[in-house]
Amino acid sequence: MGVYNWNWSILFKEPYLGWIISGFGNTILIALLAWAIAFPLGSVIGILRTVENRVLRLAATTYVEIFRNIPLLVQMFLWYFVVPELLPADWGRWVKRDLPYPQFITVVLCLGLYTAARVAEQVRSGIEAIPRGQRNAGLAMGLTPTQVYRHVLIPVAYRTIIPPLTSDFLGVFKNSSLALTIGVLELTAQSRQIEEYTFAAFEAFAVATVLYCLVTGLVIAIMRVVETRTRIVGAITVGG
Amino acid sequence: MFSGFDFDVIWRNMPFLLNGVWLTLQLTIMAVTGGILLGLILAVARLSGIKPLAWGVAAYVNFLRSMPLILVIFWFYTLVPKLTGTSISGFYSVLIAFIMFEAAYYSEIIRAGISSVKRGQISAAMALGLTNLQAMRYVVLPQAIRNMIPVLLTQSIVMLQDTSLVYVVGLRDFLTSAEIVASRDNRPTELYLFVALIFLVVCFSASRLVNRLRRKYTL
Repeated sequence: MGVYNWNWSILFKEPYLGWIISGFGNTILIALLAWAIAFPLGSVIGILRTVENRVLRLAATTYVEIFRNIPLLVQMFLWYFVVPELLPADWGRWVKRDLPYPQFITVVLCLGLYTAARVAEQVRSGIEAIPRGQRNAGLAMGLTPTQVYRHVLIPVAYRTIIPPLTSDFLGVFKNSSLALTIGVLELTAQSRQIEEYTFAAFEAFAVATVLYCLVTGLVIAIMRVVETRTRIVGAITVGG
Repeated sequence: MFSGFDFDVIWRNMPFLLNGVWLTLQLTIMAVTGGILLGLILAVARLSGIKPLAWGVAAYVNFLRSMPLILVIFWFYTLVPKLTGTSISGFYSVLIAFIMFEAAYYSEIIRAGISSVKRGQISAAMALGLTNLQAMRYVVLPQAIRNMIPVLLTQSIVMLQDTSLVYVVGLRDFLTSAEIVASRDNRPTELYLFVALIFLVVCFSASRLVNRLRRKYTL
């Protein structure tokens, strides 16, 4: 192995410091916006997978299977290169010519819709884990199905799925790195670019690595607080 | 809606695309095998009861699980040749990255599988006079394996999808080959729809099979 010239100071020089900061900002922004799509949409789809109506259930299942079984990167290419071609001509022209920040919007949309399928699966399994008796008891007391979901099933289901939802939330930060394939300069892309400009591979990748670890640590800490705050007094697990 | 599209471009480039499929398959099979083997070692180390070892493995697993796979690919693709001082091929650098990365996920699945066997079973085996090794071999593992195989297979389907990320270092897998044809012949719509459809069919059927397996074998 040759002698490696360490050069950590490069990370604090312009323009590299600025690249890291803007890359990190983009990563956070993409992840939060994608989650803002994924969480509500995934919740609706997950709930639809558990309702009595067969058509709604089938539609929700189809959504989940399609978005789960195509690699995220292929989905990214579909949204970016293919969808504008399949739209009606006027819309396609608008998307290609007038849409501001087209790559950024594509990434957020793609990642949001993909993650929604994962959120949906967690929500469904959270609801299905609740014994059927609770739903029946709610209905027997004269609650409408909507009320049963609102007051009985959902409050319990969401509490039990906090840990798997946390890992999906972490997933949006990690998966936002795919944005670099269509030219959005997020954290991984910027560290790669610094490596290409300076050949300081260790330093460039290390700073990205540390920042991703920081995000993970922070998210896990926050979700622990959420979990403690929302715990139902006296309940250990969902049961009976 | 598909007037003006030329799906014939796929047939004309089939041999080239098949080469890509072959690389995807090779990478998946080798990474799954290597990942499960390394994951097994990590899981056993973590359950060994030797504290420093268990902590070391936990740190490794949690560290890799907070990394995006693309960054891990960049790390290995750039650094393996530098560290070994040889001109190792891109394929093997990436393969090592996948094995190290996926092992973190596999080891958690294997650990959960082994932990899912109730303690009473081990006590019962001991009471019957089995040795530690015999208890592992005849009581714990047969049950643990039945519980974890569906999950290991599901993770392997995810892994098959993840191999498309080698695109970022230009390795010619299925997706990258399709991308090359798409930009050369200016036919992105046909090529990307084709790739998406193949993945959808393969991964959907595979996950259906895994579900059947799960219902049949899980204890």
